[in-house]
Amino acid sequence: MIGYNPYSLEGKTILVTGASAGIGRCTAIECSKMGVKVIITARNKERLQETFNALEGEGHKQIIADISESEQIEKLVESIDKIDGFVCNAGIAYTELVAFYKEEKILEIFKTNTFSMMLLTKFLVKKKKFNKPSSIVYTASIGNVFSAGVGNGIYGASKCAVDGFMRTAALELAPKGIRCNSINSGMVETNIMTNNTRITAEQFEEDKKKYPLGRYGKPEDIAWAIIYLLSDASSWMTGTALKIDGGHTI
Amino acid sequence: MELNEFIKNVADQFDETDASEITATTAFHNLDEYSSLIALSIMSMVDDEYDVQLKGDDMRGAVTVEDLFNIVKSKI
Ligand SMILES: NC(=O)c1ccc[n+]([C@@H]2O[C@H](COP(=O)([O-])OP(=O)(O)OC[C@H]3O[C@@H](n4cnc5c(N)ncnc54)[C@H](OP(=O)(O)O)[C@@H]3O)[C@@H](O)[C@H]2O)c1
Repeated sequence: MIGYNPYSLEGKTILVTGASAGIGRCTAIECSKMGVKVIITARNKERLQETFNALEGEGHKQIIADISESEQIEKLVESIDKIDGFVCNAGIAYTELVAFYKEEKILEIFKTNTFSMMLLTKFLVKKKKFNKPSSIVYTASIGNVFSAGVGNGIYGASKCAVDGFMRTAALELAPKGIRCNSINSGMVETNIMTNNTRITAEQFEEDKKKYPLGRYGKPEDIAWAIIYLLSDASSWMTGTALKIDGGHTI
Repeated sequence: MELNEFIKNVADQFDETDASEITATTAFHNLDEYSSLIALSIMSMVDDEYDVQLKGDDMRGAVTVEDLFNIVKSKI
């Protein structure tokens, strides 16, 4: 039975946003190792190129786009061929206390984390870019879905909204053979962590102790679950928010 | 920027500690009410009022309110 693999992605074409770093980069590389043609996108040319160079196999494509702007989303969608899977992952973290919220900042976070996921999905569907069957995976968070954190209101709300949207998309797109699921992940060691300079290394170490499995996640922990959701092994799964958090919210 | 105004802005972030307890020489980490939440409030206040982005490590490095004032001043 060597070669038997119900989780195979062989021959699929998959679009990955936020592929210049962290979870998106890891997912793109892991998919390429499984015989996927990946289309990777992000804003930063050099970092996206680094991901591109790390891809295995042939036939991949990279596209620079800022997904916080709807015209760029539309152009991005127009420039790609048909896909079998979409990893809707680009996002930014943000920490602020309620008393200090600013409207422009709320809008910026929601545009990047939430509106982009709705509009990317919209244009991909409208322009008939999905093969039948297809699978979409949205990266949400445990933040404010399962646990609330001080300073996490705007980011958490932007991610809760993704889960809410995902369920409706799952319902509406099921007849087209497009499955939609999300991942609620706990803290994963990526730039998203180190970019937050308000939290000290000691505070992160302290926080890690709240994870029963004794560590934060690695990008692979999320990428491999995304691969499952992209594969035909999850053919009967749609509308599900999958929590992966090292036991943090038990 | 002015020290007395800075002290008042810091004191504003506390709910239970009387403003009179917070002076230039107060070792704010030792105040009963001081917590990671208050630390975040002070960082947000500094961002708002002085357009300076403090790091968690800046908060740790300062002992007195005046130390913090000097850190903020050096970043303006
Ligand atoms: N790490 C965690 O602990 C964690 C936990 C829960 C959920 N998540 C979610 O997982 C996703 C990936 O996070 P990560 O940890 O891998 O973060 P990361 O290392 O900071 O990577 C974020 C990616 O998103 C891209 N991006 C951000 N804004 C963009 C924009 N306006 N247009 C296009 N691309 C943009 C970035 O690329 P450019 O800068 O090159 O544009 C980068 O490739 C995010 O949605 C995040 O909210 C992460």
